[in-house]
Amino acid sequence: MTASTGEAVLFWVLAPLMVVAALGLLFTRKAVHAAISVVFVMISLAILYIAQEAPFLGVVQIVVYTGAVMMLFLFVLMLVGVDASDSLVETIKGQRWIGVLLGLGLGSVLVGVVAQTAFPPSVGLTEANAVTNPVALARILFSDYVFAMEVVGILLVTAAVAALVLTHKRRLSPRIGQREVADAKVSALATGGRLTPLPAPGVYAQNNAMDTPALDPQGRPIELSVSRVLRIRGQERSAGTILAAERDVLLEHEPERALPALRADTSVDASADTTAGAAADDADGADTSDRQER
Amino acid sequence: MITAATVPGVSADFSNDTFWTYLVKAVLIIVFLLTSVLVAIWFERKVVARMQVRPGPNVHGPFGLLQSLADAMKLLLKEDITVKAADKFVYLLAPMIAVFCSLLTFAVIPFGPEVRIPFTDFVTPAQLTDFPVAVLYFLACASVGVYGIVLGGWSSGSTYPLLGSVRSTAQVISYELAMGLALVGVFIMAGSMSTSQIVDSQEQLWWALPLLPAFVIYVIAMIGETNRLPFDLPEAEGELVSGYMTEYSSMKFAWFFLAEYINMINVSAIATTLFLGGWRAPWPLSAVNDGMFNEGWWPILWFLVKMWGFMFLFVWVRGTLLRLRYDQFMKFGWTRLIPFALAWIVLLALTQGARQFLEIDTTTILVVGGVIAVIAIAVLWFWPEKKPAAAEPPPFDAFAGGFPVPPLPGQQLPPSPRRGRALVPETADDTQTETTEEADRG
Repeated sequence: MTASTGEAVLFWVLAPLMVVAALGLLFTRKAVHAAISVVFVMISLAILYIAQEAPFLGVVQIVVYTGAVMMLFLFVLMLVGVDASDSLVETIKGQRWIGVLLGLGLGSVLVGVVAQTAFPPSVGLTEANAVTNPVALARILFSDYVFAMEVVGILLVTAAVAALVLTHKRRLSPRIGQREVADAKVSALATGGRLTPLPAPGVYAQNNAMDTPALDPQGRPIELSVSRVLRIRGQERSAGTILAAERDVLLEHEPERALPALRADTSVDASADTTAGAAADDADGADTSDRQER
Repeated sequence: MITAATVPGVSADFSNDTFWTYLVKAVLIIVFLLTSVLVAIWFERKVVARMQVRPGPNVHGPFGLLQSLADAMKLLLKEDITVKAADKFVYLLAPMIAVFCSLLTFAVIPFGPEVRIPFTDFVTPAQLTDFPVAVLYFLACASVGVYGIVLGGWSSGSTYPLLGSVRSTAQVISYELAMGLALVGVFIMAGSMSTSQIVDSQEQLWWALPLLPAFVIYVIAMIGETNRLPFDLPEAEGELVSGYMTEYSSMKFAWFFLAEYINMINVSAIATTLFLGGWRAPWPLSAVNDGMFNEGWWPILWFLVKMWGFMFLFVWVRGTLLRLRYDQFMKFGWTRLIPFALAWIVLLALTQGARQFLEIDTTTILVVGGVIAVIAIAVLWFWPEKKPAAAEPPPFDAFAGGFPVPPLPGQQLPPSPRRGRALVPETADDTQTETTEEADRG
């Protein structure tokens, strides 16, 4: 029995690519690249199944293995870390040799079984798929091999339950949900807690980094708007330096707008808090004088 | 090349089709999908705008119809940025996977029955292809399409995209289970997984009615599957900037965008085909003139109307509901949707088994099922509500938790000290002590 031209072309295009991808699984450095290689092999395999008139097997291969199993692998790989590459140190002593031995054993068992099996005479695809491919498969699986199906099913359920049991943790403390957090916040209010999230850091014309404090309506810097870690490390910048820098730029480019700010600067002592406050006051003053001119 | 033959288990007849017919149909489907996306973006913006009492896009073209074309052009001409930390190959591959997989689904969607090409005698089904596991093929394409999102998020080498893609993995696996289980109901009833066969099986009754629970589960799962509001957690703007596509710009971003809208159209088309009778005319029309509206080119109209009905549902849901919190969303999927779908499948399999092996006819089953449902609803309706143990309500504390609070239901507000002073002036001493107490407290 020979394959049609189309099928032969498909095979000779896909097969070398699959071999390359399978080698990629062995030799790529990043785990995610290896996973992508496996996905490629799986999808190509599914295409070959479909070309050989086993559409159910092909499609289920993609839905189950590519869509669910490999996706879970990828999920774990991504959680392990973006740049995680495998270390080649053996964690179990002699692991490699045990692996080789077991692999050879499995191979010899498989070869032995396949070589000794007497296959029944083939009936041909048209007859096998006469009642449609999925129905024919279902009849075989749920009549001739129903016991094996049940055993595999029980095995899978057992494995799933075992995974649940092994990862289950008993809760030792009461669950803290949205409501409990809200209640705790309200009751902490009397002792100086706050209901709202912390204020965001300041946004200035030339600076919106995390280390710059925001200004409150009175123009004073808000301590809490800068991350606690930065404050403890002393990496916080004062609002005064930023405002001063901005005023310099303003003076260079638009001196007429910067002049009132300069006057304020010379008249008031230039500590961080008062500078900011004075700048705000001055803005108010400029506003009123504008109105008076009109 | 492609051999044309009737496949067992598929009711559409592709025996007339040649290589050129397939090519023309494939090109038409691509053109249909791309134009539909342009229209869908305009449609969504316009409808959401109407729901929010504002005009929406109305500058470019009549009714702002050319707005999405202008947006697409803008995206094409924008600078294409590849971030430094990106894994170059995967970064480029991810949007391609997303778009490619989204384009595949429409190959098995029946737009209509056999149509005759005008001015010729050539008759062909209005469908690219069909095979006995066509609906599973749709699930396969959808599950591979998710790789686009997952790999896109991972390869950006940045935190928000990675979080988005991890979320999307978990979300899609969970909701695909519910979706698959909802579809199993249709397979059991129709006895086939081929789309043309399923449409044929709905000649009398659309599956949305007898399989209403499965239909509802499918509609919920399809919104989860396409990452649309209220289930758009992989790209939640408020939490993850825009999730897996944060680091994408220009054409690569446009591909993700395109894939998302094509996926919406895909799941709508599948919902139409499996639950709403596919291309079949709605009931009063289907009886007109001996089924005139179910033949020729008319069915394509019904198909499109139903599909756009689902698109409207997408927009409506988006305009109405708020985004779920991620843990609530996953909990809903695993502890509500999937057990409910499983129970429904078992029930359906039992009824179908009774129908086939005990040879009970359909009307009896429907009547019995209806009676049981009515009794169940009645029992649930009149079931005495479990009364909470009538404990003595705790005395009213105006400063419960250190904060001034109103009385809870069942609690009495204590008589106001001021009212007492106004009514009974002689008990001035009493009120005096009460007010001092009050002052001590707060």
